[in-house]
Amino acid sequence: MIRFVGAKTLDFVTQLGEISLLLFETVRNTFRRPFPRRNFFEQIVKIGWNSLPVTFFTAISTGAILALQTGYAMMANVKGTEHFVGGVVALSVTRELGPILCAIMIAGRAGSGITAEIGTMKVTEQIDALVTLSANPVHYLIVPRVLAGVIVLPLLTLFTDLVAIFGGMLVAFLEMGLNETQYIETTLRMLTISDINNGLIKSVVFGLLITLIASFEGFRTKGGAEGVGKSTTRSVVMICMSILFFDYVLTSLLTTSF
Amino acid sequence: MTPEHNNAIAVRRLKKSLGGKEVLRGVDLEIRRGETMVIIGQSGCGKSVLLKHIVGLHFPDQGEVFIDGQPLNGVSTSERLKLLSEFGMLFQGAALFDSLTIAENVAFRHIQSRKYSQKEMDRIVAEKLEMVGLSGIAHLKPAELSGGMQKRVGLARAIAADPKFILYDEPTTGLDPIMADQINDLILHMQEVLNVTSIAVTHDMVSAYKIADRISMLYQGQVIETDTPDRIQRSKNPYVRQFIRGEAYGPITTVRPFGYTGPSGTKGGKHEAPQ
Repeated sequence: MIRFVGAKTLDFVTQLGEISLLLFETVRNTFRRPFPRRNFFEQIVKIGWNSLPVTFFTAISTGAILALQTGYAMMANVKGTEHFVGGVVALSVTRELGPILCAIMIAGRAGSGITAEIGTMKVTEQIDALVTLSANPVHYLIVPRVLAGVIVLPLLTLFTDLVAIFGGMLVAFLEMGLNETQYIETTLRMLTISDINNGLIKSVVFGLLITLIASFEGFRTKGGAEGVGKSTTRSVVMICMSILFFDYVLTSLLTTSF
Repeated sequence: MTPEHNNAIAVRRLKKSLGGKEVLRGVDLEIRRGETMVIIGQSGCGKSVLLKHIVGLHFPDQGEVFIDGQPLNGVSTSERLKLLSEFGMLFQGAALFDSLTIAENVAFRHIQSRKYSQKEMDRIVAEKLEMVGLSGIAHLKPAELSGGMQKRVGLARAIAADPKFILYDEPTTGLDPIMADQINDLILHMQEVLNVTSIAVTHDMVSAYKIADRISMLYQGQVIETDTPDRIQRSKNPYVRQFIRGEAYGPITTVRPFGYTGPSGTKGGKHEAPQ
């Protein structure tokens, strides 16, 4: 038992060290010329543009459900507070739900894709081939993905925020028949720029976590199709856990320092 | 002059453990300029690992690899990359980049260096594909080609930057006998036209006899014999004899079916090696 725990802990620490090294390598290679332009734009499209439908659906339903739940709860408990629904939806979405739901969706969609692609390249010796053709795999494969993730995630999060607030409004006006001006007024009054900013800062970190861990797991892949499946699963689980962990850390840092 | 300087490639007392298992246990090997050296041995005996040390994909635990007399490890990264840029390698499964077209695969090095015009690259792609007997496929993706064609493209990519050394990892494995022979002819042709030094790793003896100037046998992580194909065929070493004849029974231990004691005269059971 002790041996098991010890081995797992050692494993974990080793992996943490390896990921840190990979991060260092990635940062170093980001400034190396020539910049892998084509791969970068490809990844922007893959991680960002192609994720718009799934992000849109997640956002609009989150906003709508949130408005519905809080709206009826307010009506039932404290009469006359329902116009605060606008503010509640806006704050919950920009501070917390927008960044985290968006990140989890992208982890499932793009993170798994990155691990599966790099993992397949690993087991079919394409990574070795890159090296024999004088290309640095970190520079060629990881830099474009990580950079795309760090740029795209805040944009997707902003998109999520807007769509979710819009979804909340739709429900508030059409389903619950709330007063429009009051709703918008509470939204604008309660929401501050720093709420949105904090959410976006989180999403930059989430973008880094998704692409870096996904690439790392891809590079570690061993043993054919089964290995690719295993590392893809492990990648998504690791990404989601680390997102939740860092969400807590960042929230406590950001709320105490601003 | 030390042997390191006489030879195109020299491997000295190379040791490597992977996953807790000692794969290479002190390999010594010299490859002369302009020859084709074929390394034979059982699957999993460390042939590919040895090849990957020569092309810099693995770092040795102990020992050294010399390229043109220069040590490959323990020199600066840029020195190392310069030495390694002289290599072209054909991988077992061709290892073409499946997101790129055939043309982009062949001209990969040239595209990455950004020093060539599109016109120059088109010319290089056409020329190299023609050398491996392919044309009109430059715009296709690797998945649209057969296994044999993929290997040819892999070879075209390996020779695209005019390397001094070409390494072949199981060039004929997984191909039908006719396609395998075509690849053998292609390897001979490359040798003639490009004047390169080649190393091939294989367990296909037909291929080995056809393309080799010399053959080395790797057994349990060490080179046990190196000689010309003729003399390898007449080898007195029982391990070499068993391998080149493809016999299930002999000094090389194999797992035998339970209860089957083999043809008369050999002792039965697992891992027994009658000497």
